[in-house]
Amino acid sequence: MSNELARTASGVDADRDRDPDARVRDAGTDPDPDSDAVLELDGVGKSFGRESVIEEMDLSVRDGELLTLLGPSGCGKTTTLRLIAGLDRPDAGEIRLRGAPVAGPDASFVPPEERGVGVVFQEFALFPHLTAAENVAFGLQGVDEAERDRRVRELLELVGLPDKGEATPDELSGGQQQRVALARALAPKPQLLLLDEPFSNLDVDLRVEMREEVRRIIKEAGVTAVSVTHDQEEAMSISDRVAVLNGGRIDQVDPPERMFQHPESRFVAGFLGHASFLAGRVDGDRVETGLGAIPRERVHGLAPEYDDTDVDVLVRPDDVQARRAVADGRGESATGPGRGRADSEAGDGTVVYRRYLGPSVLYRVELDSGDTVACMHNHADEVGLEERVRVELTADHDLAWFPRGAKRVADGGREDASPPR
Amino acid sequence: MATRTVGSGDGRSLGVVLAAAAIAAAVLSPLAWLLAGGVDALDSLGLLVADTTVRVFVNSTLLAGAVTAASIAIGVPLAVLTVRTDLPGKRTLTVLLAMPLVVPSYIGAFAFVSAFGPRGRLQDLLAPLGVGSLPSIYGFTGTVLVLTLYTYPYVFITTRASLKTLDTTLVDAARTLDHTRWEAFRRVTFPQIRPSIGAGSLLVALYALSDFGTPQIMRFDVFTRVIYSAQKYNLDLATLLSLQLVAVTLVVLALESRVRGGGVTSEHPGRRTSLLRLGRWKLPALCACLAVPTLALAVPLGVLGFWLISGGQTSSSLAFELSYALNSLWLAAAAALLAALCGLPIAYVAARRDGPAAAALERSAYVGYAVPGIVIGFALVFFGARYGGALYRQGLLLLPLLVFAYVVRFLPQSVGSTRTSFEQVSPALEEAARTLGEPPLRAFRRVTLPLVAPGLLGGAALVSLTTMKELPATLLLRPPGFDTLVTHLWAAEQQGYYGQAALPALVLLVVSALSLLVMVRLEGYDVE
Repeated sequence: MSNELARTASGVDADRDRDPDARVRDAGTDPDPDSDAVLELDGVGKSFGRESVIEEMDLSVRDGELLTLLGPSGCGKTTTLRLIAGLDRPDAGEIRLRGAPVAGPDASFVPPEERGVGVVFQEFALFPHLTAAENVAFGLQGVDEAERDRRVRELLELVGLPDKGEATPDELSGGQQQRVALARALAPKPQLLLLDEPFSNLDVDLRVEMREEVRRIIKEAGVTAVSVTHDQEEAMSISDRVAVLNGGRIDQVDPPERMFQHPESRFVAGFLGHASFLAGRVDGDRVETGLGAIPRERVHGLAPEYDDTDVDVLVRPDDVQARRAVADGRGESATGPGRGRADSEAGDGTVVYRRYLGPSVLYRVELDSGDTVACMHNHADEVGLEERVRVELTADHDLAWFPRGAKRVADGGREDASPPR
Repeated sequence: MATRTVGSGDGRSLGVVLAAAAIAAAVLSPLAWLLAGGVDALDSLGLLVADTTVRVFVNSTLLAGAVTAASIAIGVPLAVLTVRTDLPGKRTLTVLLAMPLVVPSYIGAFAFVSAFGPRGRLQDLLAPLGVGSLPSIYGFTGTVLVLTLYTYPYVFITTRASLKTLDTTLVDAARTLDHTRWEAFRRVTFPQIRPSIGAGSLLVALYALSDFGTPQIMRFDVFTRVIYSAQKYNLDLATLLSLQLVAVTLVVLALESRVRGGGVTSEHPGRRTSLLRLGRWKLPALCACLAVPTLALAVPLGVLGFWLISGGQTSSSLAFELSYALNSLWLAAAAALLAALCGLPIAYVAARRDGPAAAALERSAYVGYAVPGIVIGFALVFFGARYGGALYRQGLLLLPLLVFAYVVRFLPQSVGSTRTSFEQVSPALEEAARTLGEPPLRAFRRVTLPLVAPGLLGGAALVSLTTMKELPATLLLRPPGFDTLVTHLWAAEQQGYYGQAALPALVLLVVSALSLLVMVRLEGYDVE
């Protein structure tokens, strides 16, 4: 339960923090994904013993982008990273770096030292017997000394530690260790940089700061990067594109905004922020739901063949507002698209759950229609438990939906995510 | 994720595993030769039920049982006193109480015999007072006394360690649930320290079973003593007894692993709570704590000091020569180097790989802990005599066999210390080196090796120091005319020239003290 709430809270944060125009991205449908691909995974599979960790994974990472593999723990993220780095061998499929196969049925396995792939390890893995500068210089074998020193200085400057070259790893703070690890991985100019849960070893306060730092450094170095994390807020805030993993497969690859607003599966919808589903019926130019009728144009891409079918409409906690139902039959002014319901006076649901989160309050309202929706309010809003409320749809963006028959997408979502009938 | 096995992607780990397997096989080979000899000795199987054999079996079992019981009886209360009470000077007492470990038991036995034996120092002193004879120090009582005095620290140390990490709020909880101190100890503390007492007792029992010097000096017929004399005239008997001794050892190991089960490690160790106030029992407790190390340390030091000063009878054939010390030194160096080299791959596999194969490899490296030195020595004599041919008859094979025996016996020290170092080096470091362009061997050399070097060297130091005081295998495998500190001491003691045994004995005490220091530093043992 608390997990769900945390997700809700951070989902809202991610929404608010987002700055869509600051990104290099390609939000449309993939034009030609392989044209400038640095890394391609083609049907890659890996199992340990009898347990299959990754199945049939396809992925293409474009030149210069920062892509994050996002998924719950145990979904095969770290294994994917190790396969790309050459630290493990895939059992099936092919991995290509700049078009050249490095692992696969027709390729001889290229060991990690010959791949030109830099890795920032989860626990940083700085060599404790070497100074920061020696760590950075470690991968610069065969480079003449003057050039090596210059490169080390340049990188320490890039990561903001020009004075820490002589420090040993145990003299550095967590954030500084991460900077050195990043500098060390970038020093040999890898064609691809991998980051394994890069922020999980940092204090919470430091994480937000380091996210921005790491993104800046990666962009400044101009390197293509793949990171993995289970933290959706982190994935949203640093990535050009996010790939959501579910049970060893990739569910969806998209820029963060698109992923959040238009999840292609119930799993993605539920994993990125809290999701409630409203049962509805497509009826002409409206969709009838427990919150009243929603104009058809507000529901994203609802094609004509879904006329007169049952659908589930996705609502986030910040898409809806619950207001105390007014006894005299006049609710507070209804401005949302949910206007026009017949029985608005008595409210349309009851608060069954209330959780005070500090800045905001999370309610769960059981609608008379049988659906349950979660709403996030400002902390000053006061609605009590067991109170009758009117829930209004206040969202000013298109809503995502899923057919009840689940025909449109390969649905990795949980069946129990759909509301009771 | 932390114990992920290393790189499925390279052939190196297979090479390391093969090397480790080869070493493990070599270390196990003495047992194989012994078994081969056992098959030959099947005709003489009747020997197993002969009176002597049965007596030896009973003697050995009684000895191991008595020494273990006595060590628990001494070690556990002393541990409780020095951890959980307000006894003054606990730190000093702890060091003092652990010190008997420094004395090789054969030196202790030698000291006790020369002090309390017939015509010993004590009797000389008491004779004018009309005390004609003392109870005999020889036999069962003396052997138990000496072995207990020098092995109880194993129980003391392991029990102390677990008492210190015990969560004392559990005891407080029991007290609030209406338990007396004694009930709380019995129902809460004891179940938690039991595995540690078991571990310490195992070491004591194995030591008592495998010790050769003490029963030989005390003239008490146990396996080791009879094997030593039988290997000169009755190979079949020696073989059968050796196999029987190994079997008894395995039974002890199995018993211990059953006792060990059920132990729980506490999650909140080291909380300080009020200490038990001894009140008027303080003085008796202090005396008890002082009496034990006084007996164990003052007797040998006094006796050796006396002989060193007074000289006593000397024999010109037993004059001390520098070559004895040099022989000890180079044997120790050779054994240490070889043990370090052999320990490296086994420690690597044990630390970096999971699964039954890795566990089996590591366990086979520990055969030296379980198999008594006299058995390993005898197995190698047997091997040399049977398969060594002319080389063995000319004595050329003996020194290599001796060094090999040392490696088999003390490989566990090298593996243990190196393994701990490997475990402290994250496998991700080597992987990081790989992703930075280093092939496997160079990654190992540049990253892992420098980081495990201290553990490797510490293990080697430990092996060299314990090699120097090793007795039974040295006696069995040394070439004629080849003497070390230990064999010189042994010859002098056996011929009654105690004065000439004093110097090598003191040197060995120093060596032994050094080895304990190394061990303390390696394991970071805290006397506090």
